[in-house]
Amino acid sequence: MYRYDEFDHDFVKARVAEFSDQVARRLAGEITEDQFRPLRLMNGVYLQLHAYMLRIAVPYGTLNSKQLRMLGHIARKYDKGYGHFTTRQNIQFNWPALSDIPAILADLASVEMHAIQTSGNCIRNVTADHFAGAAADEVADPRPYAEILRQWSSVHPEFSFLPRKFKIAVTGAERDRAAIQTHDIGLHLKKNAAGELGFAVYVGGGQGRTPMVAKKIRDFLPEADLLSYCTAILRVYNLYGRRDNKFKARIKILVHETGVEEITRQVEAEWQELKDAELRLPEADIRAIDAYFAPPALVDRPEGDEAVKLARLDSKSFSEWLDQNVVTHRHPDYAAVTISLKGIGETPGDASDSQMEAVADIAEKYSFDELRVSHEQNLILPHVARADLKAVYDALVDIGLATANSNLISDIISCPGLDYCALATARSIPVAQEISRRFASLERQREIGELKLKISGCINACGHHHVGHIGILGVEKKGAELYQVTLGGSADENTSVGEIIGRGFSSEEITDAIEQIVETYLGLRLDRNERFIDAYRRVGPAPFKEALYAGETKAA
Amino acid sequence: MKVLTANRLADGIAVWYANGGWAETIDHADIAHDKAAEDRLEAIGAKASANNEVVDVNLIDVTVVNGAVEAVRLREKIRAAGPTTRNDLGKQARPQAARAA
Repeated sequence: MYRYDEFDHDFVKARVAEFSDQVARRLAGEITEDQFRPLRLMNGVYLQLHAYMLRIAVPYGTLNSKQLRMLGHIARKYDKGYGHFTTRQNIQFNWPALSDIPAILADLASVEMHAIQTSGNCIRNVTADHFAGAAADEVADPRPYAEILRQWSSVHPEFSFLPRKFKIAVTGAERDRAAIQTHDIGLHLKKNAAGELGFAVYVGGGQGRTPMVAKKIRDFLPEADLLSYCTAILRVYNLYGRRDNKFKARIKILVHETGVEEITRQVEAEWQELKDAELRLPEADIRAIDAYFAPPALVDRPEGDEAVKLARLDSKSFSEWLDQNVVTHRHPDYAAVTISLKGIGETPGDASDSQMEAVADIAEKYSFDELRVSHEQNLILPHVARADLKAVYDALVDIGLATANSNLISDIISCPGLDYCALATARSIPVAQEISRRFASLERQREIGELKLKISGCINACGHHHVGHIGILGVEKKGAELYQVTLGGSADENTSVGEIIGRGFSSEEITDAIEQIVETYLGLRLDRNERFIDAYRRVGPAPFKEALYAGETKAA
Repeated sequence: MKVLTANRLADGIAVWYANGGWAETIDHADIAHDKAAEDRLEAIGAKASANNEVVDVNLIDVTVVNGAVEAVRLREKIRAAGPTTRNDLGKQARPQAARAA
């Protein structure tokens, strides 16, 4: 794992001191809210409905046990006993007092964590495949590049006041688990014919009120050119991105309005000026960062196959969990485990203080002290010996985190919605909970198969509804919550934006509507191997519209 | 009918103007029945904001149900009660919360 060097320690420490002073001056009335707001946002402090909210960065979603234990400690000491893992692989606390935030940041700094650039019009926390370093299908670990981007983008003077926020995601595998095409810059780490590492570069993806799939502007960028090329993109954006209208200020709008060819030409022209100068990454520097991410020494544990086979015979629930939440590791004796934070009827992404501490203990004992936060709001144990899977499962059962629903319909992404968020127009968590309860039967969920359901409580789309196989957007209409349904969205290597299927549904109707959609899919799929998204792409919206609205048309 | 609401500066907790101070519940908030009363509340809010007692000051629509003030919009109902998904949190978790003078 990446360890802070002396510079990082001093930088974070200095920031804690600076922000503590700003908080003290605000509380003493020496600075106004208008003066303070941009300062607090630069440090991840929002004001929500009930209280302040603190968003803490988890760079590329990677944590160690000590860090997760500290998050549990913060939840208990300063908050209300829980935290919320987000779609940007971060964690949010919903109830901290402003006066406690300096102490929280000092606690975080003691375990090499912070809340810098988790808000504001800057380059945000860089996200990565949550199976990075463990996945059997990756060409290389994408996190060293995410770390290089983090170092480069932290308080970057030129890019701290962009037209709007800017998000970068990196994946190291053909199968995209980091949703790179929904980001301002998406980087796909790959090898060229000569076996050299580089990136396919995508620009201008995003969700919000104007969803766009990113456009590939370069098929192969040598790794040494990562920073010069990203700088070129950011410069073009910083120069031409719209500052007159907040809703048109993201790079996706610039790419859309300028056209891919022209934007590519501008970026390439800018890059020609930069590529051979000081931003070119020296090979030694890349390898030095690589070394921080060196995989743990995985000793062979060949007894795992037999142990798993026996445990499967012994426990049906373990067997189901194994099938659903455990994926292949690059080392055959190991596996990567998804810890579902989507218990039936629970709040997606929430974990209690004691769950965080218990998961930290499990990671320390069974996963080389490593954890990941996934953008799907789950936790990951990246390196578990197959021989230890049953012990890990049993430990997760003890803390209520062994729900075997990874990638199933109850593995819902949901934003906090109107239960917490000042921007929300409708609730999303209760909708997620009701759908989860409706489909509580694991047998039924497995029969349905992979189905990505995502819910946002407003047009800003933090719940990624545009790229859900089934997406739900909550809006306010005539004082009541109304839920619009989109179908056919996807956030993988075949990213697509879902289409609105028809009129929205009230909070009483929405779960029935989702069930109707699922039943329609089950009735028309070719066989069990045809996933919801594949079936939708084959048949289009017509059968779903018919199922949802046919009665109305006839009545009208 | 409107009442004045804000979040307390130091801890961010939602508060409503009542009886010459900021209460932690909406129940007995001062109600403005006309434009003049709204202006009066707004002036109080602006002053409290300038004094760094509260932030994000707003006038919100309310009704009175069984003698208690209730917000009209769902957003404000949730602010006044707490998350609908966690009745152990927010104002609803401690109905007897002491009101600041």
